Amino acid sequence: MSRSPDTTTDPLWARIVVLALVAVFLAGVLILPLVSVFFEALRKGLPAALEAIATEDARAAIKLTLLTAAIAVPFNVAFGLCASWAVAKFQFPGKPFLITLIDLPFSVSPVVAGLIYVLVFGAQGWFGPWLLDHDIKIVFAVPGIVLATIFVTFPFVARELIPLMQEQGVDEEEAAISLGASGLRAFWSVTAPNIRWGLLYGVLLCNARAMGEFGAVSVVSGHIRGLTNTMPLHVEILYNEYDYVGAFAVAALLCFLAVVTLVLKSVLEIAQPRSRAGGH
Amino acid sequence: MTATYADSRDKPRRPLIHRRSAIPGFGITMGLTLASLSLIVLIPLAAVGLKAAEQSPADFLHAAFNERALTAYRLSFGAAFIAAAINGVFGLLTAWALVRYEFPLKGLVNGLIDLPFALPTAVAGIALATLYAPNGWIGSLAEPAGLKIAYTPLGVVIALTFIGLPFIVRTLEPVMRDLSADVEEAAASLGAGRLDTIARVVLPALAPAWLTGFALAFARAVGEYGSVIFIAGNMPYKSEIAPLLIVIELEQYDYAGAATIAVVMLVVSFAMLFVINAVQAWARRLSA
Repeated sequence: MSRSPDTTTDPLWARIVVLALVAVFLAGVLILPLVSVFFEALRKGLPAALEAIATEDARAAIKLTLLTAAIAVPFNVAFGLCASWAVAKFQFPGKPFLITLIDLPFSVSPVVAGLIYVLVFGAQGWFGPWLLDHDIKIVFAVPGIVLATIFVTFPFVARELIPLMQEQGVDEEEAAISLGASGLRAFWSVTAPNIRWGLLYGVLLCNARAMGEFGAVSVVSGHIRGLTNTMPLHVEILYNEYDYVGAFAVAALLCFLAVVTLVLKSVLEIAQPRSRAGGH
Repeated sequence: MTATYADSRDKPRRPLIHRRSAIPGFGITMGLTLASLSLIVLIPLAAVGLKAAEQSPADFLHAAFNERALTAYRLSFGAAFIAAAINGVFGLLTAWALVRYEFPLKGLVNGLIDLPFALPTAVAGIALATLYAPNGWIGSLAEPAGLKIAYTPLGVVIALTFIGLPFIVRTLEPVMRDLSADVEEAAASLGAGRLDTIARVVLPALAPAWLTGFALAFARAVGEYGSVIFIAGNMPYKSEIAPLLIVIELEQYDYAGAATIAVVMLVVSFAMLFVINAVQAWARRLSA
């Protein structure tokens, strides 16, 4: 039965009003901010922007951001695979509670995420004196930045994979194993092909957050230029020093990363249509 | 957040605890899961509670509820609520337009909705601050009307609106898509006008998803830091959000004070989590 247009579509004037409101709203909140980053970065021309990205401090920040993501993302994948395998393929009491705990970092303010590591590893923290004696720096150093990043990205891969694996059940794996496959072999040839798109999707979002995290990293970093500055922190420093071209040039680089993430995300959503609500 | 597990969690369970499953790997994967969870999340989080508990109850109450902290909570929770409400209206319209209307560049707009998830918050912060500053593209339009946006609580609302937008749109979209046209047709054939149909048939059907999206956006906005501090102005007693207060106390080496405010915020976050789960359980019962 075809829809009759008069009864289930809005009148033309309503459509125009709604679209106009949406356009103004999205322009003010999403589109103009995005455009303005590139505009401000190029205010003094492309060479000035490129120069800002090429300074030694900026390059150190880019390197640290890449290093952080290179540790946090694989950790997240390993954890996500373990957690989703345990949760989705087996029955045990307290499962919903465990899922809630895995999701917990999403409900914690990024600043609190940084604070907890200062309290544990800081000079006055639980392990502070011991770390000081052994000359190990965690807070205000790279390990703290990595830890804080792992905390804020903790649920990303797991929350993608758990529902996906639950949907797929255990029959295929059980069949593979009853035919003599080992557990790992069953995972590689049966589970992995089923979850690869979901896994990629989780990795993509995890990576974007890992590279872009600000609040948690800001608390544990100590803001030492060239040493413990990630790209978002470098943006903050330049901005507070009124070096707007520099701040927006590095910001534009991060924007570019965000846009690439969104494009890849759309591609993945076409590769595997999602029936459920997305988001962090 | 927990939203996405809703469907899968309610699947019919296998009747018994499946310890003797043919599938191997339960011990090691569960062990690694619990170990990471404890080391990265649970034990460090406990440190906040323990640090806050080191004080006398009077000190704790003072650190948690002094005038400056109270104004910061009021701003954080108030601005988060207003921002979620703004998204509740405009996010609803956006989702409706994306699901029901055809318009140019629709694919692009649809992709951009997730920008707040992908864009680093500090970048959003400096972009919004520049845009809404008195000499910015939008701020200069508001200035003649005597409206200051950046460096006032209004700026905080703008930043939190940015952060919350995708939560509302993305929770509403699938529900709108599943909304059967038959119901609307039935209402119309019974003589209801279009507005009547929307008010009495469409909106009530969207209410649970709308509430979930609202709660998710609110919960995220309460703890938000990066996008806010650049546009807020950060004046004590005026435009200082609660997470910033934690940072300030940390910089003054007042660890107990910082931990106390963190505890207050964690308690509220966990309460929100509980509310969100309750709303979702209610929505599922409603749709069942």
